Amino acid sequence: MLQKVLRSTIIDAPIERVWAVLRDFNSHDQWHDVVEQSRIEGGERSDQVGCVRSFTLKDGNHIREQLLTLSDRDYKSTYCIVEATVPLQRYVATVTLKPVTDGNRTFWHWESTFGAPPGMERELHDVVARGVYETGFENLRRHLRSGADVRRGATPMPTALPLPARRIVVPRYGDADVLVPENSEAPAPKEGEVRIRQRAIGVNFIDIYLRRGWIPQMLAAGGTPGMEAAGSVLDVGAGVNGLLPGDRVAYLGPLPGAYCSVRSVPAAWCVRLPPAVEDETAAALLLKGLTADMLLRDLGRVRAGTRLLVHAAAGGVGLLVCAWARHLGATVIGTVSNEDKARVAREYGCEHVIVTRDYRFADAVQRQCGGADVVVDGLGDAARDENFAALARCGHWISLGQATGALAPISPDWLVAKSLTFSRPVVFDFVAAPAQLAERAQRLWAALADGALKPPPIERYALDAAAQAHERLESRRSVGALVLMT
Amino acid sequence: MIKVYVSSVIDAGADTVWSRVRDFNGLPSWHPAIADSRIENNEPSDRIGCIRHFHTRDGGMIREKLLALSDYDYSCTYEILESPMGVANYVATLKLTPVTDGARCFAEWSAEFDCDEGRERELAELIGGAVFQGGFDALKRHFGRR
Repeated sequence: MLQKVLRSTIIDAPIERVWAVLRDFNSHDQWHDVVEQSRIEGGERSDQVGCVRSFTLKDGNHIREQLLTLSDRDYKSTYCIVEATVPLQRYVATVTLKPVTDGNRTFWHWESTFGAPPGMERELHDVVARGVYETGFENLRRHLRSGADVRRGATPMPTALPLPARRIVVPRYGDADVLVPENSEAPAPKEGEVRIRQRAIGVNFIDIYLRRGWIPQMLAAGGTPGMEAAGSVLDVGAGVNGLLPGDRVAYLGPLPGAYCSVRSVPAAWCVRLPPAVEDETAAALLLKGLTADMLLRDLGRVRAGTRLLVHAAAGGVGLLVCAWARHLGATVIGTVSNEDKARVAREYGCEHVIVTRDYRFADAVQRQCGGADVVVDGLGDAARDENFAALARCGHWISLGQATGALAPISPDWLVAKSLTFSRPVVFDFVAAPAQLAERAQRLWAALADGALKPPPIERYALDAAAQAHERLESRRSVGALVLMT
Repeated sequence: MIKVYVSSVIDAGADTVWSRVRDFNGLPSWHPAIADSRIENNEPSDRIGCIRHFHTRDGGMIREKLLALSDYDYSCTYEILESPMGVANYVATLKLTPVTDGARCFAEWSAEFDCDEGRERELAELIGGAVFQGGFDALKRHFGRR
């Protein structure tokens, strides 16, 4: 009676990468532990249908197998044993890969039928199922994790060694000119971490607050600021699943240190980048876009007809909030400090733009729409009373930043005058679980792809010129997002 | 002919997931975009040729006919008879495949259809995103993400 063996698994790598290894009929001695040495007979190519691989196993057995079919379209190959020192008779096997589109992984199905001498059915079934297929799954995983497939022919990159890097430090708190670049080392990734070759780093207002020493518990003097970056994975620490060397990723995290060229961060902070999203777009967008998602979806509950007031409407977060809110059908009112910014804000979907240099806007908001249902406030104390006056009954005040200084305490008795609610969110709490982060990032990439979100203009600076980037952001002259390039 | 293909991994065995999605009249119980469903003419929901008549949460009415159902292959194929989406010759298949190393399964949902020129991308994104991936996301949530 013919034996049938079927085994399947999920490999945490894109199908193209898995297929590149498996379609090579002669690659198995590089990744499968049981194979000692393999060659293709007659000098034929290993993707030539009909070619024969002749190989020895570590246990001394010798097998010749012929490639019967190979399809790059179906990611499928079929082969059979033509001669073997093991008693597998009429052995025909098929390898099939399918893409897991949700997560860019690969489903791998491996099956075969064969005859076995009486009494040996069970033993041979186990040899094929466990010794060849299940072991093969594990061995290929290890092969890909080590990056052996991508650096074939190249000098292996030293892993688990510190790598030279460049970083920006804040030797003492102060103005932008305290930022200095220096040479450093990026240590190997620890358990649960990935080491990333960073290409683009996002600049955010929180970086400035850290540099000024406003949040000393987050950044001590001598530390490196920066909350987000994008690049590619160099190597991964123990216990990391789902990310491999070469994968393009972006991250944001609650601990600063992103202003550098190479950095190890927890894998849980990372999201994969879709091919259509450039590193600099990701660095410009991740933290700000997820902030916009949190503001509009969770806190503002913005929908068609919501009257939304956005301060710094031409800033990195402001433009994203304007564009997304408009797409959701909200009435968007923005404040900016000059006419140039007003033009950009309008372009991104801000319907009513108020140009003000002294934080006077409440009358204009009340005239325009009878008060705001939601205020996104990055201004802080100087706009405190105006924000209160601009809010409609039952409005929601979201204090996102304090560009003009720390907000004086808000009394509940003050809020009750209009039944207002007040929130003071930090985006990191909204992406603390990897599943939350993945879901929000997915929404962000989808919004970019379908045009609901227009990427903001990007101003680029070299990593070493971080001080200039900070000066520019503090000057209130910049429009859109600032990014450091390495 | 437009083709849409979406696949995912659900953290439960194929038998378990199949028992949740097999009922051709059961979309409202697991798919977040579907509000209600009934089978026309009181036919059993696993009778090939039966028609499910349902509404999406945004109010759209859709009629779909069961073309094939296999408990052996964990697969179900159906066509759209009537919908507000503006698709023609729409045939879709939902299929589960066991993953032998662990209690999880590989889920595929694919469709082929025709539509007016210029609407291909919008429809492919709607069907692949809100409908197929939306359904998989709900299953993943239901069966717990690890």
